Amino acid sequence: MADAEHGGGVHSPLEQFEIKRIVPLDIGGLDLSFTNSSLFMVLGVAIASAFLILGIGRGALVPGRWQSMAELSYEFIANLIRETIGPEGRAYFPIIFTLFMFIFMGNMLGMIPYSFTFTSHIIVTFVMAFVVFVGVTILGFVKHGAHFFSFFVPPGAPIWMWPLLIPIEIISYFSRPVSLSVRLFANMLAGHTLLKVIASFIAVLGVAGILPFALVVALTGLEFLIAFLQAYVFAILTCLYINDSIHLH
Amino acid sequence: MPQLEPWSYMSQIFWLVITFITLYFVLSKVVVPRITSVLEARQEKIEDDLGRAERLRVEAEQVLEEYNKALDDARSEAQGLLKQSAEEMAAHAANRNEAVGADLAARNREAEGRIAEARRQALDNIKPAAAEVAAAALAKLVGGTPDQAKVAQAVDSVSAESQG
Repeated sequence: MADAEHGGGVHSPLEQFEIKRIVPLDIGGLDLSFTNSSLFMVLGVAIASAFLILGIGRGALVPGRWQSMAELSYEFIANLIRETIGPEGRAYFPIIFTLFMFIFMGNMLGMIPYSFTFTSHIIVTFVMAFVVFVGVTILGFVKHGAHFFSFFVPPGAPIWMWPLLIPIEIISYFSRPVSLSVRLFANMLAGHTLLKVIASFIAVLGVAGILPFALVVALTGLEFLIAFLQAYVFAILTCLYINDSIHLH
Repeated sequence: MPQLEPWSYMSQIFWLVITFITLYFVLSKVVVPRITSVLEARQEKIEDDLGRAERLRVEAEQVLEEYNKALDDARSEAQGLLKQSAEEMAAHAANRNEAVGADLAARNREAEGRIAEARRQALDNIKPAAAEVAAAALAKLVGGTPDQAKVAQAVDSVSAESQG
């Protein structure tokens, strides 16, 4: 690791993920500095809020382009919840909408050259996934009490299979926050690293650099798709977990 | 690898929590109620318009029905009037026919009366002359003076016969 950061110098493809303190802040021995990561979180929240609030504006009966986009993002998540959870899912709309907008903004801001992608840090995605995991587990116990444990017993399985199936179900349940966070983090990390690596070939290859250049253009398009898709995947998996907690099987 | 440098974890978690909660409050307190109300208002407006269109359609059908009814009424009324005036005219013509006929008959009778009167007068006037002529003829033929009264009587009976 140290080699990639320092030995590789300016050309290290991982340099873009480096955290830099902008305003050092130390509270009770904890380093809570305002960093480039914090800056893009604040930017993401500000842009998402402005996009939605200004987009809706006075709430015209016949929406303009901007208002349509704001309404579209709302209806997109509303439909997602209706399809995965059903009518009971309305209560979870704000949290899922926030998760989607936050991750989507993080991914999209990361597509700007020289910017920082806060969703490419495992700690950020893991905290979000862990909060979702703890949240749906608490929700399951609140809704069903001890009966929630029956979630680990696959329905219709014969009893002699239980000693095998129940540990598998429990492992799969506890691996949820890991898969949820690693999926988003790894996609962002891999995509941005790949772009950087291929882009570094452009200057080296001279005229033939047109090939990696074309590849970078194509991959950038793909990365925009992945930026949206990973936010969508995070939101839909959260919905599915909430659905499991509400309806068990 | 910058992702595995623990010094930044507290800072990242701290700012993640702050920004995420901020976005959550902005969305749940401002954006969601607003968009919900806009979408509901639009839905209401659409339903309202559909309802009004339906009402207007029913109203238009009613008006059409009334119009057709009025048209039928007017048509039957016109036919009634036509029939009535035809009857009136026929009655009027019959009346006049009758009146003219009666008038003509009256005048006919009057004229006949006058003719009869004129005839009687003429006969009356002729009677003395006839008696005289008869007397004179008798005197010439028979000689002597015939009885005036008998001559007159004979003339009367003859004229009555001819008149008969």
